[in-house]
Amino acid sequence: MSERYEIDPSDEVHVGERVTVDRYTKAARLNHWLTAACLVLLAISGLAMFHPDLFFLSALFGGGQNTRAIHPWIGVVLFFSFGGLFLRFWRLNLWRPEDGTWMRRLYDVLINKEDNLPELGKYNAGQKIVFWGMSLLILILIVTGLAIWNQYFSEYTTVEQKRYALILHSAAAVTIICVWIVHVYAAIWVKGTFSAMIQGYVTGGWAWKHHRKWLKALVSGKHVDDGKAAPAPAPAGKPGQAAAE
Amino acid sequence: MTTFEYELPNPQTEDVKTVFGQQDLIRRSASTIEPPARQLTPMAKLIDVSKCIGCKACQAACLEWNDKRAPVGENVGTYTIPPDLSPQMFTLMRFTEWINPETDNLEWLIRKDGCMHCADPGCLKACPAPGAIVQYSNGIVDFDHERCIGCGYCVAGCPFNIPRISKTDHRAYKCTLCSDRMAIGQGPACAKSCPTHAIVFGTKAEMTEHAETRIKDLKSRGYQNAGLYDPPGVGGTHVMYVLQHADKPEIYADLPNNPVISPVVNLWKGAAKYAGLAAMAGMVAFGVLHRFVEGPNRVTPKDEEEAKQLTEDPRS
Ligand code: HEM
Ligand code: SF4
Repeated sequence: MSERYEIDPSDEVHVGERVTVDRYTKAARLNHWLTAACLVLLAISGLAMFHPDLFFLSALFGGGQNTRAIHPWIGVVLFFSFGGLFLRFWRLNLWRPEDGTWMRRLYDVLINKEDNLPELGKYNAGQKIVFWGMSLLILILIVTGLAIWNQYFSEYTTVEQKRYALILHSAAAVTIICVWIVHVYAAIWVKGTFSAMIQGYVTGGWAWKHHRKWLKALVSGKHVDDGKAAPAPAPAGKPGQAAAE
Repeated sequence: MTTFEYELPNPQTEDVKTVFGQQDLIRRSASTIEPPARQLTPMAKLIDVSKCIGCKACQAACLEWNDKRAPVGENVGTYTIPPDLSPQMFTLMRFTEWINPETDNLEWLIRKDGCMHCADPGCLKACPAPGAIVQYSNGIVDFDHERCIGCGYCVAGCPFNIPRISKTDHRAYKCTLCSDRMAIGQGPACAKSCPTHAIVFGTKAEMTEHAETRIKDLKSRGYQNAGLYDPPGVGGTHVMYVLQHADKPEIYADLPNNPVISPVVNLWKGAAKYAGLAAMAGMVAFGVLHRFVEGPNRVTPKDEEEAKQLTEDPRS
C-alpha cells in the first residue's frame, strides 16, 4: 500500500510537550471555508424558493429577485471551490477494506465505543461517504442548476427537461443539506475536530484515537518534526486546550 | 342632433366601480388564503377557430391595450408572426396548413394561442413567490409582476407552454384575460376587436351554450368531429375553443390532446416538499437526540500519552 494513499505530503507530526499533527494547510482551510460559505448561502437562498414557509429567507439577499439572480452564481463558485477540495482530498478518500468493517460497526461508533473499531487512515468511512456524497450531489446540482438557470440558458433545454431538472435539483439540494447536517454534527460531536479546519492541526491524542493508521503512517514515514530540523514547532499550550475542550 | 345607428356611446366619465378584486381570490401562489365570501360568475372567452380569418386584429388589439411593442421580427416563412409568444406578445395566431386525409382538402387552421386560464393552473402551483400568481373566482389567472421573482417555474408548471420571462425586467408575462378591463365590467380587448366574432366573451355557461350552436352548425356542414375544447384534465379552462376537428386538437399547432399538470411537477410541488422538509428536520432531530443520549466523543489524556509514546519511540 503506497504511502500516498495514506497521508498528504503536507501532513506532519510535531513532537513536543503535547504532540500535534498538521492536518490541513492554510490553502486547504481557505478552500474549505469558501466552499462552506457557498454551501450555506446556497442552502438559504435555495430553501427560500423551495418552500413558501421559507420564502422570508429571501429578505437576507435583498428580496426574491435578488435571491433568484444570485443563487446560481454562488453555485458556480461552489462548483469550482469544491473542485479544489476534490483534487486535494480524493486520494485519501478512496474506499479501504477497514471502511467496510467500520460501517458494519457503526452502532459502536454512534455510542462512542471505539475499542472494537479498526485502525483508520486520515478519513473514516463516514467522512468518505460525506466526501463522495457531496461530490456526486454537487455534480447533479450544477448540471440540473444550469438546466433551470433561465436567465441565461432557457433555450438549451425543453420544458419537459426543465421539469425533471427542477425535481432533481430540489431532491439533490435536500440530500446535500442532510449530508451537511451530518458533517457539521460530526465535527461538533467529536471534540478536537474543529481545530483541524481552524488552526490546521489536531492533537496527537485525537489522531491516535480516531485515525491511528494515519498517525502511524506519518511516524513511520518520517513525517515528523522533532524540533531539530523544522523551523517552527507548534506552540505547546494551544493544542492542549483544543484537546481539553 | 342626429344619431347614427353605428355611433358608439360616449365614454363614461363618472368613476367606475370595480367589479372584483383581491377579496375574490380563490388561489394565491405560495400562500394559503381564506375562501372568498362570494363566488363570482365564472367567465370565459370562446374562440371559434372555424370563424377566424387570421386577420390578427386581436393580436394588434392585445399589444395596443397592454401597451406592448414587440421589436420588428424576421419573416421565417410562416404567417405565424412573431414566431412565438413573448413577454410582449400575450396572444399569437398560429397558422397550420393541414391536409384532411378524408377529403384531401387543404385546411388552413388558425388557432389563437395564449393563456387558457385553467381552473387548475399549473403555473400557480409551481410558483414559489407568494402572491405572484393569483386566481379569481371568476376564473381569471393573473400574474402580479411586483411579486414575481423571475425564476421561470411557471413555465415548467404550465401544460400549454404559455408564460414567458422577460430578459429585461426578469418577470413573467402572459395574457391577463384583460383582468383590468374586466374589473370595470368590460370584455377582453381581443374579443372586442374581432371582426368576425370568432372571439366572444361572456359567462362560461353562456359561452358553452353558444358553442353548442356553433358545433351543431359545423356538424351540419360535414365536420363530424366538431366540438368544444374545455379540457377536463386541468379542471376545464376559461378560454375555450370551438374546433372543427376536436378529436385531434394536436393538428392545431400542437394544442395538447389531454393537458394535465405534469406528474413531475405535482411530485415536485407535493410529496417532495413534505419529504424534503421532513428529511432535513429529521436529520437535525437525530443530531439533537444523539447529543443528549450519547454526548460528545472526547480525547482522553491516555490517548495523548499513547500518541506521545508512539512519536517518541522511532527516535529512540
Ligand atoms: C452547483 C451549482 C448550482 C446552480 C447552478 C444552481 C442553480 C439553481 C437555479 C437556477 C435555481 C432556480 C432558481 C434560480 O433561478 O435562482 C435553483 C433552485 C434551488 N437550488 Fe440551486 N443551484 C446550485 C447549487 C445548489 C446547492 C448546493 C443547493 C443546496 C445547498 C441548492 C439548492 C437549491 C434549492 C433548494 C432550490 C429551490 C428548488 C425548488 O424550488 O424546489 N442549489 N438552483
Ligand atoms: S417567474 Fe414569477 S410568476 Fe413565474 S413562477 Fe417564478 S415567481 Fe412565479
